[in-house]
Amino acid sequence: MKQGTFPVLKTQELQLGYQSKKGTAVVSGLVDFELNTGELVAVIGPNGVGKSTLLRTLAGVQSPLSGTILLNQKKLNSLSAKALASHLSIVLTEKIPAGNLTASELIALGRQPYTNWIGTLSDNDLTVISDVIKSLDLESIKDKSCYEMSDGQLQRVMIGRALAQDTELIILDEPTSHLDIYHKASIFKLLRTIAHETSKAILFSSHEIDLAIQLCDKILVMQQDHCDFGDPCTLIEKGSFKSLFPSDLITFDTQTGSFRIQK
Amino acid sequence: MLFLGALTLNVSLGSVHIPFENILSILSGGATDNPTQEYIITQYRLPKALTAILVGAALSLSGLIMQTFFRNPLAGPFVLGISSGASLGVALLLLGGSVIGGISAVTSGASLAIAASTGSFLVLLSIMVVATRVRDTMALLIIGLMFGSITSATVSVLSYFARMESLQQYIFWSFGSMGDLSWEELRIFIIIISIGIIMSIIAIKSLNTLLLGENYAKSLGMNVTRIRYALIFITSILAGSVTAFAGPIAFIGLAVPHLTRQVFRTPNHRILVPAVLLCGAILMLICDTLAQLPGYAFSLPVNAITSIVGAPVVIWLLVRKKRMMF
Repeated sequence: MKQGTFPVLKTQELQLGYQSKKGTAVVSGLVDFELNTGELVAVIGPNGVGKSTLLRTLAGVQSPLSGTILLNQKKLNSLSAKALASHLSIVLTEKIPAGNLTASELIALGRQPYTNWIGTLSDNDLTVISDVIKSLDLESIKDKSCYEMSDGQLQRVMIGRALAQDTELIILDEPTSHLDIYHKASIFKLLRTIAHETSKAILFSSHEIDLAIQLCDKILVMQQDHCDFGDPCTLIEKGSFKSLFPSDLITFDTQTGSFRIQK
Repeated sequence: MLFLGALTLNVSLGSVHIPFENILSILSGGATDNPTQEYIITQYRLPKALTAILVGAALSLSGLIMQTFFRNPLAGPFVLGISSGASLGVALLLLGGSVIGGISAVTSGASLAIAASTGSFLVLLSIMVVATRVRDTMALLIIGLMFGSITSATVSVLSYFARMESLQQYIFWSFGSMGDLSWEELRIFIIIISIGIIMSIIAIKSLNTLLLGENYAKSLGMNVTRIRYALIFITSILAGSVTAFAGPIAFIGLAVPHLTRQVFRTPNHRILVPAVLLCGAILMLICDTLAQLPGYAFSLPVNAITSIVGAPVVIWLLVRKKRMMF
């Protein structure tokens, strides 16, 4: 039911940072960018450049120093926590405290914004949950507790929980850390499939630049002094990845679209 | 069934032997030829059993809430320093009075309850103030524990200077007791506990959301700050009123939620909240019955029983299940 794409998220002259008594610590100057439905977008950049700050700000956890964020044409800070919950879902790196939750219980918690005062799941909720379980191929582990799952399985379940929340935008913070290369690739593939088939917008931070170049529709490259935003091919031509890391150790090979280590 | 059994057993045992048929006929409202027995049952044993039920249910519920709230299996109803505050209030009244001298006359049950509730209320107030300043829930946990340390230190200092009789009275209070409540006091107790339970039922959905941690809870549209205040308030009135009416009862609040999770095998609070209330009431009735058993003429301190029953249960859970989770 794709009806053309429209912008889900849009930033205008965004300034990120932390305000403290000692003054303001500003995170690198950001370009304006927008996310459309059905797009998979990665945020990459070296450690400490402000990827997490950006994601936290976009998710409404902290406020920007200046500028506006538009979520579905509405200003992010004008939305209540409840309204936000039906537009935006998140997947974090932190561990779930309740290890005894089963996969299906965890996914069901994604329906919380829609359930009544005591959290009864309606028929519609149950349909959404079983659809998510089916589409993510979680049938075999749906009664498994979190503590019994591998990191890869748990990450799929957490993505399932975000899917069950049924939002236009999903933001993920480093969804592939702790995973081996196969599971990294499979999570990337999964996110791509979700974005393209359900026309959701998915934004995530990652250190897997090679995979991002191959599988993402657009990439936001954050660096100390500037940012670039665009589709992977354009960014390679522009040389955005070349200046990402000091070239005495690793260089970017424009031909293959990957990094090489200087021996 | 277990609950009814424990209740009947609890009422049947005491320092005066009453035949089982007589107890049944008194409980069912029938006439008896023995007014003394009827008096003992209705004015002493029934209030005591009811107190045990309320104490067990309230402590277990607030323990469950604190474990979910602090994401910590070792949390209990008293982690926020509620019982410490109550102890300090009572210590100040009993020991402080004796240190200064002269005021030690006013130490009836009612004044003890007032001192205990004032103490726990003041601690609750400071926790609320701290909660507005501190965003981190774990910091709140540590601050609660620190309140406990300050109190026990103050109690030590006071008891060093206090007179023997006052010290004994304080120690007796700290043993805990189910048996001192009149029907009027019970009525107040029931009302307070009911408010706590109703608020907990309203909070069930939020408690389930909190299983994911505060950040996810927020992203699911939950007002974390408001829920935090609500949960602190609920445990405070539950644990605070128990301490005021029955003394600081150890271990029930920590052990019962874990026991219940083992039986029901679910982290879902829609099942856990009623289950914990029931299990807590049963366990407290059993503990109180055990406290009656040995001497016949006198009863053991109920606090010793709850610890003797509670601690091995927790150890057994850890050794057998190898994990203590929620």
